[in-house]
Amino acid sequence: MSSRQASVSDPRPPEDEEHIDGAGEGDEVMEEVEMQEEGYTSSTPTSTLTWISWFCSLPGHEYFCEVTEDFIEDDFNLTGLNTMVPFWKEAMEMVLDVEPEDEDTSKIPDVSIVESSAEMLYGLVHQRYILTRAGLQAMVSQVSFSTTSSVPFHIHVHFFYLDGTSANPLNFPSQLLFYQQAEKYESGVFGSCPRVYCVGCNVVPCGRVDIPGNDTVKLYCPNCNDIYVPPSSRFQGVDGAFFGTTFPHLFFQTYREWAPAPFWKALTTGGSPLSPRSPGTQPAPRQPTFVNPNQHGGQKRAAGYVYVPRIYGFKVSERAKSGPRMQWVRLRPESPEELDMVDWRGRWINEEDEYDDDEEEEEEDRQMEDFDPVGFV
Amino acid sequence: MPFNVVEDASTGSDSDYSSTWISWFLSSKGNEYFCEVDEDFILDRFNLTGLNNEVANYSQALDLITDSLDEDIQDELRGSLDVQARLLYGLIHARWIVTARGLQKMLEKYKRADFGRCPRVLCASQPLLPVGLTDIPYEKSVKLYCGRCEDLYSPKSSRHGSIDGAYFGTTFPHLLFLVYPTLLPSKDPETSMHVTGKETNTLGDSRNRRRLREEPEAVTEGGGEGISTASVAMKAERYRPRIYGFQINEIAKLQRWQEAVRDRQIARLEALEEKNP
Ligand SMILES: [Zn+2]
Ligand SMILES: [Zn+2]
Repeated sequence: MSSRQASVSDPRPPEDEEHIDGAGEGDEVMEEVEMQEEGYTSSTPTSTLTWISWFCSLPGHEYFCEVTEDFIEDDFNLTGLNTMVPFWKEAMEMVLDVEPEDEDTSKIPDVSIVESSAEMLYGLVHQRYILTRAGLQAMVSQVSFSTTSSVPFHIHVHFFYLDGTSANPLNFPSQLLFYQQAEKYESGVFGSCPRVYCVGCNVVPCGRVDIPGNDTVKLYCPNCNDIYVPPSSRFQGVDGAFFGTTFPHLFFQTYREWAPAPFWKALTTGGSPLSPRSPGTQPAPRQPTFVNPNQHGGQKRAAGYVYVPRIYGFKVSERAKSGPRMQWVRLRPESPEELDMVDWRGRWINEEDEYDDDEEEEEEDRQMEDFDPVGFV
Repeated sequence: MPFNVVEDASTGSDSDYSSTWISWFLSSKGNEYFCEVDEDFILDRFNLTGLNNEVANYSQALDLITDSLDEDIQDELRGSLDVQARLLYGLIHARWIVTARGLQKMLEKYKRADFGRCPRVLCASQPLLPVGLTDIPYEKSVKLYCGRCEDLYSPKSSRHGSIDGAYFGTTFPHLLFLVYPTLLPSKDPETSMHVTGKETNTLGDSRNRRRLREEPEAVTEGGGEGISTASVAMKAERYRPRIYGFQINEIAKLQRWQEAVRDRQIARLEALEEKNP
C-alpha cells in the first residue's frame, strides 16, 4: 500500500486508473465500478483528506465505508481489539489523524508497520461499525438497488465518484439514471450477482470468517443466497474479516424490501421456475405489487428462474449420468405454504403427496415463458 | 491491408495479416472463446445447409473466411462483409463444436480454462464452458456454464459479454458432458478452500451420513459406464447465511426445502439405478 504522504502534493490518490480498466482479462468487469479521473480532480484537495477518507479511496477499498470518528473514539466499541493490533496507540493516532503526543518515535521501527497496524485496526473497527444502525446506513449509501430489473445488465454500469457524488448523468441514457435520492442508493459500489438468472441482483461484501488473515472479501447475493469471488483482482488483497460473516444478513434483515422472498411464481400463468426454452423478446409484463405474507421475511419479488440444460432443444434427463443434479440449490417453491411441507429436520411431512412431481415438472416445462434476463447489444 | 475493420477488435498483430482470415479472427482481442473450425468442415457445403438464408452476401462472406475472396469485390463491400463473415463463422462454429472433432478442440480450451472460472466461491475456480441461451443469432449474448454448480454466469469482461451466444449454441456444454461423462466435475468441496471446512459437518442431521458413492477423480476421456452420479449432490457444499452464528429463519427454511427436493431426487435416481443396474 502506498503511503498517504506520497499523495499530499497530488490531488489524486496514488495508483488509481491503471487498476480500473487496464488490468486485462478478468478485470474488465460486467458490473465493475467505474472511477473516472475527473472524479478525483474535482474532489476535495488531499491536504484536507483524513486518513479514513484516504484509506477508503484506495483502489480495492471501494467496499469500505467511512467509520465515524466518534465510533472509533468510544472505547467500548474497541473492546478486545487492542490485543489484535500491534502498535495500537500509534495506529490509533494514524487512523484519527492525531499528531503523536511525544517525539519518542524511536521504538517504532518503520512507518509502514504502523500503517499496516492502522489498516488492521480500521478493518476490525469497520467490521463492528457496519453492524450498527449508522454503519448499515452508511453501507446503504454504497448499494445500488435498482428496481429496473429489465435493464440489460451489461450496460448497467454504475458511475460514482469517490467523494460520493454521482457521475454526470448526461453521459447515460435517461432510463439508466441513478435515481438520485437523498440516500444515494444508486451508487452501486458492490456490483451485482454474476449469476445470469439473478438478473443483476445487487450484492454486498462479506467475509467467510470473522478472524482476520484467513480469507479475502467475498460478495453475497440475497437472491441466490450464495457467495462469489469479486470480479476484479484488486479486491484480492482485502481481508474478508473487515466485513465479517454477519453483515450481509443483518443488512437484508434490516432492509427487508431488498431481500428476495423464498418463494416465486412466474408472472405468466402456468409458469415454471425452470428456465424457458426460448427466452422471449417481449418486454416483461407489468408486475403486480408483491407481498410476502411473512412480514419478517424478504419483501422483494425473487428472480426465480433456474437453468435447464438442453441438447438439441430437449431437456437433459435426470436419468442421464450428466443430467441435472444441482437445480435444487436455486429452486424456490411457488408458494410460501410449500415451505411448510418440510419439517425442521428436512423431511417431507407428507411424502406420498410430494413424491411424483417428475411428470408434473415435465408438463410445466413445456410452457414457454417470456423471459428476458439479459438484453443483447 | 486486407482487413480494414470498423470495430476496434482488429488488434491482431501485423504477422496475422499474412495468415488466413480464420487465424486473424481467432487472434483478435475478444475472440478468445472461439476455436478453429477445420477447413474441411467449412468446405463441405452440407455442413453449411441453410446458412445462406441467415447471412447476407453469403457467398462472398464464405469466400472471405476461406481466403478466396476476389480483391475487387472486397473493396466495395468491405465494411459490411466483415460483419457478415463474422456472423457466418460464428454460425459455422456453433455447428462445428458439436461434432466429435469440434468437441475435442473445445475440450483443449476447457482444460486450459480459456473460458474463465466459476465465480461461485464454493466451486473452487471450476473452469467454465460457453453456452448460448438460444440458437438464433442476434438475441442473447454468450453465457458461461459451470459443470460443478450447473448454473450460468455472465462473462466478466465486456468484450466477451457482447459475443453472440448463438455462435456457441444451447447444446454444446451438455453434449460435451454427455459424451465425456468422466469429465463431469466433482461436487465435492474437498478441492475448495478449507476456511469453512466445518460447514459440511454442521448440517447436523442424518442426511449427511448417507453413504456417498465414489465419483471419478481422474479426468479420463470416454468410458464412464460404471460411474454413478445419483447421489453426487450430497457432496455439494453450500453457503449458509448466519447472523452472529445463528441461521436466519426464512433462509434456513428455504434451504431445508431445497435439500428435501435434493433428497427426493436422489431417492428417485437410486431407485432407478436399483431397477437398472
Ligand atoms: Zn445471485
Ligand atoms: Zn460453479
